[in-house]
Amino acid sequence: MSDTHAQTVAFVRESMVPPADPPLGETGIFKWVRENLFSSWLNVLLSVLSIAFVVWALAHLLPWFLQSVWDAGSLTECREIRDARYGEGAASACFAVITERWNQLLFGFYPPEHYWRPVLAFVLFLVAVSPVLFQGLPRRLLAFTAIYPFIGYWLLWGGTIWGPLLVIAGFVIGWGAFRLAEPRLGTLAAAIAAILLPLAWWFFAVGPIAGDLAQIAPIGLVRIGSGDFGGFMLAFIIGVAGIALSFPLGILLALGRQSHLFIINKSCVGFIEIIRGVPLIVWLFTASLLLNYFLPPGTNFDLMLRVIIMVTLFAAAYMAEVIRGGLAALPRGQYEAADALGLDYWKAMRLIILPQALKISIPGIVNTFIGLFKDTTLVVFIGLLDPIGLSNAIRASTEWNGIYWELFVFIGLLFWICCFSMSRYSMYLERKLETGHR
Amino acid sequence: MKRSVFFGAMAAGLVAGAASAATLDDVQSRGTLNCGVSTGLPGFSSPNAQGQWEGFDVAVCRAVAAAVLGDPQAVEFVPTTGQTRFTALASGEIDMLARNTTWTFSRDNDLKFEFTGINYYDGQGFMVPKALGVTSARDLSGATVCIQTGTTTELNLADYFRANNMDYEPVPIETNAEAQQQYLAGACDVYTTDRSGLAATRATFENPGDHVILPETISKEPLGPLVRHGDPEWGDIVRWTLNALVAAEEYGVTSANVDELAQGTENPEINRLLGTEGELGAMIRLDNNWAVNAIKAGGNYGELFERYLGEGTPIGLPRGLNAQWQNGGLLYAPPFR
Repeated sequence: MSDTHAQTVAFVRESMVPPADPPLGETGIFKWVRENLFSSWLNVLLSVLSIAFVVWALAHLLPWFLQSVWDAGSLTECREIRDARYGEGAASACFAVITERWNQLLFGFYPPEHYWRPVLAFVLFLVAVSPVLFQGLPRRLLAFTAIYPFIGYWLLWGGTIWGPLLVIAGFVIGWGAFRLAEPRLGTLAAAIAAILLPLAWWFFAVGPIAGDLAQIAPIGLVRIGSGDFGGFMLAFIIGVAGIALSFPLGILLALGRQSHLFIINKSCVGFIEIIRGVPLIVWLFTASLLLNYFLPPGTNFDLMLRVIIMVTLFAAAYMAEVIRGGLAALPRGQYEAADALGLDYWKAMRLIILPQALKISIPGIVNTFIGLFKDTTLVVFIGLLDPIGLSNAIRASTEWNGIYWELFVFIGLLFWICCFSMSRYSMYLERKLETGHR
Repeated sequence: MKRSVFFGAMAAGLVAGAASAATLDDVQSRGTLNCGVSTGLPGFSSPNAQGQWEGFDVAVCRAVAAAVLGDPQAVEFVPTTGQTRFTALASGEIDMLARNTTWTFSRDNDLKFEFTGINYYDGQGFMVPKALGVTSARDLSGATVCIQTGTTTELNLADYFRANNMDYEPVPIETNAEAQQQYLAGACDVYTTDRSGLAATRATFENPGDHVILPETISKEPLGPLVRHGDPEWGDIVRWTLNALVAAEEYGVTSANVDELAQGTENPEINRLLGTEGELGAMIRLDNNWAVNAIKAGGNYGELFERYLGEGTPIGLPRGLNAQWQNGGLLYAPPFR
């Protein structure tokens, strides 16, 4: 074909013209800039102003970051090194304070020879949460998740291993009591026994027995008091404990608020409205100051434990309202369908209602978690040395008095990493659970 | 342990009685002293890089621990804020408070505490940039003043300006670090707080010489350790430990020579202080070498002052009122006899 043409029609091309690149203004970055930044006069103006602002801000911040000093023993030394390197009075961050106080900002006053314990607890924590977060992992890992609170407690606070073991035994006792009593006494009596027996065990038996066992077989770690906890570890423990405990509590409160049983309904409403209606800082002051007057002197009711309880209750009240929103958003038909299937209340909730309600509530739930995590910094006002509290203490040393932004930048970065991970995870979960109903 | 909790009294304020009869016995059976300190105040209390608390107030805690338990390290430091300090003491969470606390009538009587002496005589002052050309606090009329809220300094400031018929504009701030930033950024003309705090703050500036601390001291701030009402024996131990440190400086007993002097000297006063003569220790139910331990913990008053606040430190405070009485100061330990 082409041969005949080539001989008869001289001007016919014998090969395809390769596709040309689009004009410069219609491709790549130029097109993007033109369409997104300079598409109209107003946008041109706004873009120029924004870019000018960004450049101005970077021009002030970047030298401060880039000309930073990382190795010095005090602010004065920092300034000397800066003068030598970058000239007198140059903008320069003194991150040497982070280098020197790195361990303190992370672990507080935890004894350095035991740093492996919080580190191990943190690694195990990641293992323990992963089956909860990712469905792909083997379900058997959940057993580890269930016992992790005891492992974590034992690693962090130390003491004899028998205490946590006997507390676990309390759950076994409760389960055994329920199993034994249910056929003979009925569900209600069995449930009451399953609650009362372990409580009696925990309150009256665990202490003495653990003491005796510790005498016979002293297995344990060095005890480390809550007073030595500080820094980011403290914020993390309070935050994680608060998140882990407030979620189930919040679900129960939300269900209670929807309940038709008068006492349960009203007590849940009262709890939520009272706890949520008062600022967290007031609850923290209550925990640290007011409780001291009510408790008999000499009672050693750990301040950190009190704070965890208060933070948990506070977050649970918020959580309950978020989940109630999810429950309310479910169509009435879902409840009726569950009833029509003949499911009892708990099965209906567990299998039909809550999975859907929680899915709807994910953004709100994670929002509450992130808020709770950041609110842990409020403990600085009751004298706990969380990262912010430690930054004040570090500034009080004669070496680092006068340092300001560097510490806040570092603490902010730590919190941002945690909160951003939570936010990313929630988006991943939303995408995964997306079923196209919305 | 005797338990008494007065719920009704709480309405009246921080009145509480958690009077445990013998703090000394509690401390000795516990093996550690629970001492309330500031969460961080330059020169007075701060944790170092190893997590050890140090500072002038901290040293008082260590001296008491050494006197009572023989070990200056046997202290559990409880960081307290301005809001939590009195409750922590009243509720029995701490055995003593050494937290830069001004001895006032109402704190001593209304809050039911017992101040056991004065370890630092402070007073409120003003710092201004040299460029303002101000030389006296009397020239400060109309100035903007950075002031920490909720402290006695706020009240003193109001009193002073009213008494001198001047007006000012307060710039409320929360912490000392924030005050430094605000002052350096020019948000206020004047920064006012205790003079020790001003000196510590000025020492952190790039050019300390550009700022002056005005000569006027507008308040008396006697700072000292305190204990709960209701246990005079424990109060006496804290009081006389502090006195021992002051007396040791007066008699020239230092941490370096205390062991040697404790073998016995020609000076009966030193001998009684260090327990080689008399039975002073037994009178406060302690070992006879209690004062030796207290002095060895960190040194006598003068040594502590030089280490944490004195002219060799960045804070660089002169002794001033805190000199011994022979040198024109106010330190005057009663006789050990």
